[in-house]
Order: sequence, then structure tokens, then C-alpha cells
Amino acid sequence: MDFGPYLFLASLEGAVTAAVLALTAVGLSLVFGVMRVVNVAHGEFFMLGAVVAWWVASYAGGHPAIGFALALLIAPIVTGAVAAVADFLVLKRLDYDPERTIVATIGLLYIIQQTVLMTYGPEARPVEAPFNVRIYFPWFGYSTYKFFVIGAAVAILLGVWLLMTRTRFGLVMRATQLDRETALAFAIPVDRVYALVFGLGAALAALAAVLIVPIQQAHYLMGGDPLLLSFIVVIIGGLGSLAGTIVAAVLVGMSDGIISVFFSPTLAKIIATLLVALVLVFRPQGLFGKRAL
Amino acid sequence: MLKLRDIQAGYGEATVLHGISLEVAAGEILCLLGRNGAGKTTTMKAIMGLIPVTAGAVLLDGENLAQIAAHEIPKRAIGYIPQGRRLFAELTVAENLEIGLMVRGHGSATREKVLDMFPRLRERLRQRAGTLSGGEQQMLATARALCIEPRVLLLDEPTEGLQPSMIALIRDVIVYLREQGVAILLVEQRVDAVLSIADRVAFIENGRNRDTVDAAALRADHSLVARYLGV
Repeated sequence: MDFGPYLFLASLEGAVTAAVLALTAVGLSLVFGVMRVVNVAHGEFFMLGAVVAWWVASYAGGHPAIGFALALLIAPIVTGAVAAVADFLVLKRLDYDPERTIVATIGLLYIIQQTVLMTYGPEARPVEAPFNVRIYFPWFGYSTYKFFVIGAAVAILLGVWLLMTRTRFGLVMRATQLDRETALAFAIPVDRVYALVFGLGAALAALAAVLIVPIQQAHYLMGGDPLLLSFIVVIIGGLGSLAGTIVAAVLVGMSDGIISVFFSPTLAKIIATLLVALVLVFRPQGLFGKRAL
Repeated sequence: MLKLRDIQAGYGEATVLHGISLEVAAGEILCLLGRNGAGKTTTMKAIMGLIPVTAGAVLLDGENLAQIAAHEIPKRAIGYIPQGRRLFAELTVAENLEIGLMVRGHGSATREKVLDMFPRLRERLRQRAGTLSGGEQQMLATARALCIEPRVLLLDEPTEGLQPSMIALIRDVIVYLREQGVAILLVEQRVDAVLSIADRVAFIENGRNRDTVDAAALRADHSLVARYLGV
């Protein structure tokens, strides 16, 4: 295969990575932006989404599309509910103290991971793609499902953007992010907003996982990479900036895909991590972040 | 209407208020005077439930606000204009007002009424609040609180750092609200500004009440102020 088509294939792979990464990272960014909580358990919510998707799909039976559609609905709801309960039982009681919530979410990471190991087991299990049509370019065939992943991610991100900018709940979230105390003085139930935001962040990670699980398989240790990459993306994009997060996700996802195809996935991670180091040295507020006053 | 009965409150371990008692009637302006750190802002935050009240009661028409959740308190028609304005700086003027309107579910009628009081804001509805001038920011902070259609209004140093024309405007609004029967609790540093509009003045020192005096008496005898403030 010539260089041109090879690059095209690599870009497609990169776009799929970028789409899933953008969803996961926006969840992390939202939680940090509104609640100032660094959620180390975010990758486990991703994993939980994939495992719930496998569960739902294997119990649904019938055409794989039915199981997948149900998973797309149920996995984010279940994961979001788990996160909201964790917020209520743990984070709220720590008063959202930045340092203590880091330790608490590390604990949450192990609790979720080990609970899944004990119930779901150590196997990696696939979820069948809802459809399996291949599209044939002159040089190679490519799964249309991967195009669906990209399209679905774009649609969900558009939905998040509309939620944040066009709805009352979005307004309430932004107000809480800007000034928690004044939000309280204007009757915004900050506790409830926090629980919903934490749930929403986890649900976005779960949605990303449902989309990727027909390509990648569900496994109890699959949360590590998305967590690392999400942190990389959120730091490069600027903490708390959703637009920056998406741009950085496209940047990191595309380069990860392309470098993985041409060289090796390890080199891709090395370069992404190096990029974070450079950003932290030369532009600590991130590409799109505002400098703290 | 609003009555504080011997309240204690503070931040964490540190108690700042050691028993404050106040009473504001409808259509009255009560002004809190005291030196820096006396507990004026803390009193306002305690009323709003933003810091826990550890003893005593905050009574609004007999209901103890100290026992309900902080986010329920503004729904009792209490508007708060915090020190330093505390606008949602990244939100637009319109969005800041929307936050106020949502408190008690008021709609465009209230919004229009408030914008009529501050026509300058109407021209800047789509502008980010953080980019307004100081005077406009104070207008917005006031307008946002008025969107609640408050029965009680708490103002914490509303004229701080404003030019005279703006101070006059804010003052007119406060006097207008008094005529409408709003109970107003005002914290203000500048004694002359206080004396010209207050009905009564409560002196606070080290988190405790001293005397509450009719403003008329203070206007008649300025030396009283000096005695209470120790200047």
C-alpha cells in the first residue's frame, strides 16, 4: 500500500480514537470544571460502562443491534447512578476538599475495579457490533461501524454543548462552576447539581465505552489508558475548558492513531506525555485555559 | 419581618458572631455600622445560610431560617447583594438576571420592571458580566437580587468604589424599595451615606451588638457616631 492510503487509514483510526477520547475527557473536564474534583476513578466509570454494555447485550439476545441499542441507553444510566451515589456517600462528606477527594477517588477506583473482577471475572469479552457492513475503498476495506462511532461521538458532544449553553440546567451548572456560594444565595441546590454533574461525567465515560466495546472488548483493567489519556487531554486543553478539551482530544487522538499505525502505540504515548510536560512548563493553564488570578 | 435572635456563627472553629440580635421591619432601612472585622458581612452570610448558625434563630415571619437548607432561603423572597458584587463573571447580563428570576419562578414581567430601573443593562444584555464597568456591575448585582421580587433585601457595601452619580442611583433604588415595603438591611462604611437614608442604625463590635439608635438622633448629634465607632 502506498503512503497516501496508509496515512488515510491511520487518520481514520486516529479519528475513532479521538472521538472516544473526546467523550471520555469531556466527562472528566466537566467534573473538574464544575466541582473542582480530580476524579481518578474516571477510567473505572469507562470500564463499568463497557462491562454493563456486555451484560446488557448478552442478556438481550436477538439481533446484536437490539442489545447494543439497549446498552447505549442502560450503561450510561447505571454508571451515572453509581457515580451519583458515590458523590453523595463519599465526596459530599469530604466537603469536596480538593486533596481528600483525590485520595477518595483512588479508593473508588479500586472498589469498582475489584468488584468487577469478583463478579464479571478476569476475561475480556466482546460485544457484537450492531451492524457489520464494510465499506471498500480502492486500497482497503473499512468497518462502517467505526464511522458510526465517530458520528455518534460528534452527536453526543453536540448534545452536551446544547445542554450547557441552551438549557436551564446548563446555566445552573455554569453558575455553580463560577461561584458556588453565590449560586447557593440564589437558590441553586449545589449538592444536587454536584451529584448530577458527577453522574453526567461518569455517564459520558460510559457512553464512550459502549461505543468502543465492539472494537475493543470489555475487561476489568481497561480503564487505565482512557484515564491517562483523558488527563493528558484535559491538561493540554486547559482545565475546565470544554472547547479546549475537545480540540486537545482531536489533537492527541489523531496523533495517537497515526503514530500507532506508522510506528508503535508506545511511542504515541511517549509523545503525548512529553507534550503534557511541555504544556505544563510553557503554558501551565493549558492551550485554552484562562490563567488563574 | 426579619428578626435575628442572639445568633452565633463563624467559620470552622472560629466563632465570629457571639450573639447578634437585630430586627428589620417592612419598609424600613436598618444599617449595620462597625469597624472592619466586626461581623457585618458574617451576619449577612449567616442570614443567607452560607455559614452555619450554631446558636440562636434567624426568624422571617416566625420561620427559623437557620433550620432550613441554604438554597431554600432565597425562595423565601430574600435578595442578597454580596460585597464585591460576586456576579457570575463569565455569564452574560441576561443570564445573570435569569439566575435571579429562576429563584422564585418569575418571568418577563419582573425582568422588564427591573430593566426599566436600570436601562443601561438593557443595552448590555448579551455582554459578559465581567466586562461591565464597576458601576454597571453594581447595577447588575442589584438587578439580579431584585429579580427575586424580594421582601427582604441584604446589601453589603453597595456603593464601595463607585462614582458619585452611581452612588446616587443606588441610593434612589434603595429608597424606592423602602417605599415598596421591602425590609432592607444595609452594610455601609461611609457614615454620611448611612445617615442620609437609614431609619435606624445598629452598631456592631467584635461580633456583638451595641446600641441600636434612630438615625434621626445621629443626624442631630454627630458626636454620637464618633463615640460608637470610637473614631
